[in-house]
Amino acid sequence: MNFDPRFSGRKFTSVGTRPIRPDGVDKVTGRARYGADFNMAGQLVGRVLRSPHAHARIVKIDTSKAEKLAGVKAVITAADLPDLTNGDAAMYDVLDNCMARTKALYDGHAVAAVAAVDARTARQALKLIEVEYELLPHVTDVDEAAKHSAPLINDAIFTEGLEEKPVKPSNVTKRSQFGHGDVHQGFGHADFIVERSFKTEQTHQGYIEPHACVANFSSDGTADLWVCTQGHFVYRQHCAQLLGMEASKLRVTSSEIGGGFGGKTHVWAEPVALALSRKAGRPVKLVMTRDEVFRASGPTSATSIDVKIGARKDGTITAAEATLRYSCGPYAGSWAEIGAMTAFACYKLDNVKTVGYEVLVNRPKTAAYRAPSAPMAAFAVESAVDELAKMIGMDPVDFRIRNAAQEGTRSSYGPVYGPIGIGPTLEAVKSHPHMKAPLGKNQGRGMACGFWFNFGGQTCTDLNIGMDGSVSLAVGTVDVGGSRASLSLVAAEELGIAYEQVKAIVADTSSLGYNDMTDGSRGTFSSSMATISAARNAIKILRERAAQMWDIAVDDVVWEKGHAIAKGEKHGNLGKLSLKEIAVESGKTGGPIAGHSELVADGAGVSFATHICDIEVDPETGATRVLRYTVVQDAGKAVHPTYVEGQYQGGAAQGIGWALNEEYIYGKDGRLQNPGFLDYRIPVCSDLPMIDTQILEIPNPNHPYGVRGVGETSIVPPLAAIANAVSNAAGVRMTHIPMSPPRILAAIEAEREWSK
Amino acid sequence: MAGVAVSTTINGDTVEFLCQPDETLLDVLRDRLGLTGAKEGCGTGDCGACSVILDDRLVCSCLVLGAETEGRRVETIEGMAHGDKLHPLQQKFLEHAALQCGICTPGFLIAAKDLLAKNPDPTEEEIRFGLAGNLCRCTGYDKIVRAVQDAAIVMKGA
Repeated sequence: MNFDPRFSGRKFTSVGTRPIRPDGVDKVTGRARYGADFNMAGQLVGRVLRSPHAHARIVKIDTSKAEKLAGVKAVITAADLPDLTNGDAAMYDVLDNCMARTKALYDGHAVAAVAAVDARTARQALKLIEVEYELLPHVTDVDEAAKHSAPLINDAIFTEGLEEKPVKPSNVTKRSQFGHGDVHQGFGHADFIVERSFKTEQTHQGYIEPHACVANFSSDGTADLWVCTQGHFVYRQHCAQLLGMEASKLRVTSSEIGGGFGGKTHVWAEPVALALSRKAGRPVKLVMTRDEVFRASGPTSATSIDVKIGARKDGTITAAEATLRYSCGPYAGSWAEIGAMTAFACYKLDNVKTVGYEVLVNRPKTAAYRAPSAPMAAFAVESAVDELAKMIGMDPVDFRIRNAAQEGTRSSYGPVYGPIGIGPTLEAVKSHPHMKAPLGKNQGRGMACGFWFNFGGQTCTDLNIGMDGSVSLAVGTVDVGGSRASLSLVAAEELGIAYEQVKAIVADTSSLGYNDMTDGSRGTFSSSMATISAARNAIKILRERAAQMWDIAVDDVVWEKGHAIAKGEKHGNLGKLSLKEIAVESGKTGGPIAGHSELVADGAGVSFATHICDIEVDPETGATRVLRYTVVQDAGKAVHPTYVEGQYQGGAAQGIGWALNEEYIYGKDGRLQNPGFLDYRIPVCSDLPMIDTQILEIPNPNHPYGVRGVGETSIVPPLAAIANAVSNAAGVRMTHIPMSPPRILAAIEAEREWSK
Repeated sequence: MAGVAVSTTINGDTVEFLCQPDETLLDVLRDRLGLTGAKEGCGTGDCGACSVILDDRLVCSCLVLGAETEGRRVETIEGMAHGDKLHPLQQKFLEHAALQCGICTPGFLIAAKDLLAKNPDPTEEEIRFGLAGNLCRCTGYDKIVRAVQDAAIVMKGA
């Protein structure tokens, strides 16, 4: 395959327009089928029994009474999901998280499951399962868990990444470090130094659709799985491995997905549903309740971060350092490592050092959430940056512009940047009318920057041209928010036909080659690259067919605006052939016309954003109101600008919820106190203002159209932007997220006490 | 437990079904009648994804028993369009891209229809409070509010 992915400036016809999405009508009429909307003949209802304890040894599980209940067709425990992971530690953790093996490690950890003829019988059966637990001491706080005296969650874990192998086990699974230069020397050159500690609480992705699947294990050893997922190919691999199947014998179909934000990149209930179906010999539908979603799926890390930044009087940062502790749930992760990589990525620094510590706690296994780990690090760093600017007496935007990374800057996590958008987003913010709007009493303005890597990955796409000249595009990246529209635009652009002639679908795992998940903001970036490549392969065939129809050499045929054109004076009277005219004749000229593409989409361009927000704080109650919010972000090239705006707005709204409201609250007993939308309150319509957006387009040199991922970066700046706004409004630096009314009030009162 | 025989009107059609006394309207719609447009996001009346209109009143169908609908009128998302002609709210949700994943969309459309029936000319604030019982995690509500504003203009002109 001779596909050239490099950016080439071009004038776009379809890309950049805003047509209605191909899956739209089904979604506004209620016909679109999500995870729980699919049913099979003879289907059973699956339900999961979960540990009420934060940390307990499972002494005995007696399922005999449940098995005898009329209507119960299967009961399973860890014994029905034997360990087939063959030394793969990460997969063993996935298995143990799906069904606890020797210990329940958090409130909500699955310990058994049933399949019954209806939901009522399944619920009754769960009550008949007797589990004998031996309670163990637990720890849910990230700082407490990191102490030597903390209860050990896994006594086989010794901290990795230390110079000397530790002699005692620890809840700290790994230390990682990034940076360059000499921070000690750098701080020596600083006129001003800010040093602060910050905390953020655990949040959930909060997708409105609970995890849902229908598993059908057949007696011939094959199986089908219908599931809401961000990555059906990955689910196939994981489920097949855990159940001891060949991947090709498990066909996974991704349903419409009702939100994921990273939370639907991990299997939980799916292997359980398959095991139930295998044991019962019937299809099993398993849908989590909202309580289960909160207690057992998601969430992010809770964090504790120390930041130290020094600068000269002229505003140049001389050194920056951060220590980041991220909770991982009860299994090893790399969340602090990602936080340590992203923390200072916006800046050009001679001396920088970040150290991350992964910490086990008795909470659900941490899952990705939109630019995972970056918002917390940005909150700490951007808060300190704001404070430092104030100390120096510089405008916070000017201070950031002075220190912003540029093309050629060596990033704090290692690589050297190509063309990037941090400077342009800051310049756009500096001249934005929002920055000059007047503020009233008790109101404050804050701004902050954010970075995300973006990802490319393995991608496979089929483009089939029908005999009527219409185009079917089959992609393998799950459409989480409009990518079928953007990919149809790309196919139309490359082929030179109308958007309406293209219909994109997400193909199942048996119909297309492997695709990585829709994560890392890769959906449109990687699948558009594969779509362009597939379209170019199809155009090659279209040219060959036209040449055949005209009986001329293929080298004399070019493709322009959806037509084959014979070039050269000798072909002057041949006119042109449209895609449709060639397709109609395809049965006589060599059969179906298609373009395929399999590639690894390298070169996902890094992404930067700068946000501005205005907050009003009620000094009597600590209550806040978001008055105005503006997002400026580099998209590389916005394929469907309306959905790009949607990504910007959605990420900002999630960040606002994280900053002001959302947190997991654990009781002393280690149980989650707020597993529902009433007590875990995500922003509602009346909480928010309109969210203004400005799309910048700094082309990614590694994509033919210049596209960068846009999905995740928008959640990185809000925590810090809002913290800076609240701090400016309340006159006190906020260091603990979420800034709920009691926390703000306490900070205001402490400041009043102190200034007396 | 013996089933309860219920006769009700759903989207203008007479519908009869048997359900358990403790079975929610949402479960009846989804599991017995195949009307899966109403979604279960929480089962506790907090998310609004299961919104339906019951005798001109907006309700969460997860908080209503199936048996309670005897002799009443239920409007669901499946009855919002007339044949292949979309309701102006549906059309405007598409044009404004007021949905990303779309799971909350049926509930928002039903709630917005109820809102505009009671207040055909709402302010932005009235729209925001009128739709505050419906959770959306994707859009930040901006495009939803704009779609409802635009639909209100179209419906007033109709």
